[in-house]
Amino acid sequence: MASTASLPLSQSDVDDIAARHPEVFKNRPWRRYRAPLAILAVVLYSVYCWSFFGIGKVLQDANWDIAGNYLADWISYEVRPDFEIEPDGAILLEWPRFSPLGSDPDPDWISMQTATMERVRATDGATPAATAAEKTANSFMVPDAKGTAPSSAGTSSSFSFMAPDAATGQGTAGDAGEPAAPETVIEEVITEATVEVGRGNLIEIAPTRVVLTRGSESVAVRLGPGELVTVEGEMPDWVQQKRAGRKVLASFGFDGRAEIDYDGVKVRHRFIGWENFVFDANSPFWGKSAGEVLGLIVSGERIDPERSNLSLAWNNILYNADWQHLDVWTKLLQTIVMAFVGTLFAGVVAFPLAFLAARNITRSRILNQINKRFFDFLRSVDMLIWALFFTRAFGPGPLAGMSAIFFTDTGTLGKLYAEALENIDDKQREGVRSVGASPASVQRFGVLPQVLPVFASQALYFWESNTRSATIIGAVGAGGIGLKLWEAMRTNQDWENVAYMVILILAVVFLFDGISNALRSRLMGGQKR
Amino acid sequence: MSLATLSPNAASRDGVPLSAQGALVERHWREQAGRRRLYTVGGLAVLLLALSGSLWFANETNAGKFFDRLPYFFDFFIDLAPRDPMEIWRALFDLPSPYDDGSFKYNYPEGRVYLTQSFYIPEYFYKMLETLNIAILSTLIGFTFGFLLCFVASKNLVRNAWLRGTVRRLMELLRAFPEIVIAGFFVAILTIGPIPAIIAVSIHTVGSLGKMFFEVVENADMRPDEGLRAVGANWFERVWFAIVPQVAPNFISYALLRLEINVRASTIIGAVGGGGIGEVLRLSISRGHEAKTLAIILLLFLTIVAVDQFSAWLRKRLVGNQAFEFGR
Repeated sequence: MASTASLPLSQSDVDDIAARHPEVFKNRPWRRYRAPLAILAVVLYSVYCWSFFGIGKVLQDANWDIAGNYLADWISYEVRPDFEIEPDGAILLEWPRFSPLGSDPDPDWISMQTATMERVRATDGATPAATAAEKTANSFMVPDAKGTAPSSAGTSSSFSFMAPDAATGQGTAGDAGEPAAPETVIEEVITEATVEVGRGNLIEIAPTRVVLTRGSESVAVRLGPGELVTVEGEMPDWVQQKRAGRKVLASFGFDGRAEIDYDGVKVRHRFIGWENFVFDANSPFWGKSAGEVLGLIVSGERIDPERSNLSLAWNNILYNADWQHLDVWTKLLQTIVMAFVGTLFAGVVAFPLAFLAARNITRSRILNQINKRFFDFLRSVDMLIWALFFTRAFGPGPLAGMSAIFFTDTGTLGKLYAEALENIDDKQREGVRSVGASPASVQRFGVLPQVLPVFASQALYFWESNTRSATIIGAVGAGGIGLKLWEAMRTNQDWENVAYMVILILAVVFLFDGISNALRSRLMGGQKR
Repeated sequence: MSLATLSPNAASRDGVPLSAQGALVERHWREQAGRRRLYTVGGLAVLLLALSGSLWFANETNAGKFFDRLPYFFDFFIDLAPRDPMEIWRALFDLPSPYDDGSFKYNYPEGRVYLTQSFYIPEYFYKMLETLNIAILSTLIGFTFGFLLCFVASKNLVRNAWLRGTVRRLMELLRAFPEIVIAGFFVAILTIGPIPAIIAVSIHTVGSLGKMFFEVVENADMRPDEGLRAVGANWFERVWFAIVPQVAPNFISYALLRLEINVRASTIIGAVGGGGIGEVLRLSISRGHEAKTLAIILLLFLTIVAVDQFSAWLRKRLVGNQAFEFGR
């Protein structure tokens, strides 16, 4: 062709070309406005959905403050000491029942001054039932924070045993239950406490006055008289008092926050990391450095005379109460197994059926149609319904999940396999048939070599994608890590466990994605994926 | 060739000995064939071992054992057999039931969603519409962001390996992140309802459509791009006028395929707190409402068939008979 750049076209040339290819020059309105119309339709539909789901209202009502806390919980944990200020000026330090610092915390970021004090103990109307509850509850308590009741972190059942006024000022665990008249005891109590929440943030607690310091700013809060809480001077923006005279909230950024009320100070100090990831607070190995633990395992005296330290340590790790490593890993393995077995069976069953469904292999329209409709049926009954069906049949667990994957994917793989068979090159088959091969040999040497890589590659793809979907059907009871994830999320307390499981799932998915991709590109040879 | 003919001192079938070179070739071939067979048998053995181990493990950790539970195989339908087949019909269309005793089990007409004084949509149709809207909206959101991201991830349009790699990793992360966690997180913030489901399904769709899209873009014909580059078009003009027209039909048919998947996904997410038909299904199963459950299952089945058929028809119109094979 002659180069057009050097030859400017005359008007007649242009007309000539236009006459030859009228469709190029005709400006059809549909073609022209297609894209803007589609975009307009999408926008209109989005507006409709906005009102259909009431998205605006939901977003407005959303609790965005909590979102930040929940996200922070993924990678950090809070330690929650509560300082209770008694009417007589004594300060009691309470820890939640399952504090990450164990049963006897003495963190270096809390410093206290104590004094002995003569106190009048309140009357106690506790019933024998309350005694039992009190005793078990007190065993979790700090020995030097005498006479504390189960904190709010305790279960509601044990909490409901308590009369509200019995929650404070109890004696030690030993004599807690005795119904006693008001008596005077001499106790050692805290008179002043200083909590360092992160670098440069201080909370100084005295019975009538709390001083908050964040960096260079400092603000004093006066407690009392009565139930009054007053902030002295100007309130910086990190201190909030929603209603005058009521509790004051102070924020120290990521490091934590504090809630100051007339009867106490609740401190939330946040630390980065996953607490007690290896040993929980009940383990004898808890709080020891890696070297110490190793020393104990290698040459230490037996902690439990029944078994070696190594098996004790291993057992403590597996049954860690906070992280439940063994359970999580078992559930993860269940998920993997569900995807693997489900896909493998689906492939094995779909393989012969696809030959019956392909119209160029089996020359019977009835058989073709029966098989194809069968595949459609398996596919269209959603995996969710199959999962529910098999959960009833086999009970919750991986059997239900793998059967659901098996049934759904037999349909999907069968359809894809039949399509692949219908698209094969007929020449190879003709060649094999022309030398007088048996029908089985025709399939084996004329058809199979063409489709086997495709079949395997598709099965691998579904194996990988099922590893992902197995997570989700687990949540309806079909086994695997899904239910565990869902339970961890429902309490809104265990986001760090969620993060742990998410990381495990991501690792597995990426690993299998890699394996499946590598195998597939080898199977498909030089062909581009 | 059978094993009997594979003796080391190669002789052809009719007894004429091979030349030295021929024997070498044959021996070499035989070694390779033997190794290949060994690999096949070994691979199958490993697969069988893994399979039996998996089956044992699954059976061991299941609540009921496989053979013990086989007699209960059809429990789902036995437990959920309504007392009268017409009940399914009544539950589906919210018609009053003759067995109505004021309990939740037979209060079908209470679910009606009235549009006018006398015209109503039955409850489950409305819920199904909700699920469909979740699926369509999240496919649209996923399409939009996948479309915007895919060009940045393609090798033929972006030379900067860092940028490309970052976008690809981001898409992989979005794809692999468990949907149920995203849904659960937003349920905690936004309360139970369809919006967490929309967010979860959309995020997943961005990742998976983005991946399919950039693979299409990488296979696009680059000559139009070259032409536009020659006349000095900038990057956006080249993408919009040279690449987009080529890939648009493929994009749309992938989006339709994704829509089919998303209808199923939003049903499942619904069952774990995302609203729509999935939630009603879970509730009615856990409360043991037979007719309601079967009505929902029927409706779900018909909807999925309809969506699949519609999408297949539209895809055929858009890209002809081009097969969509996963895993190519």
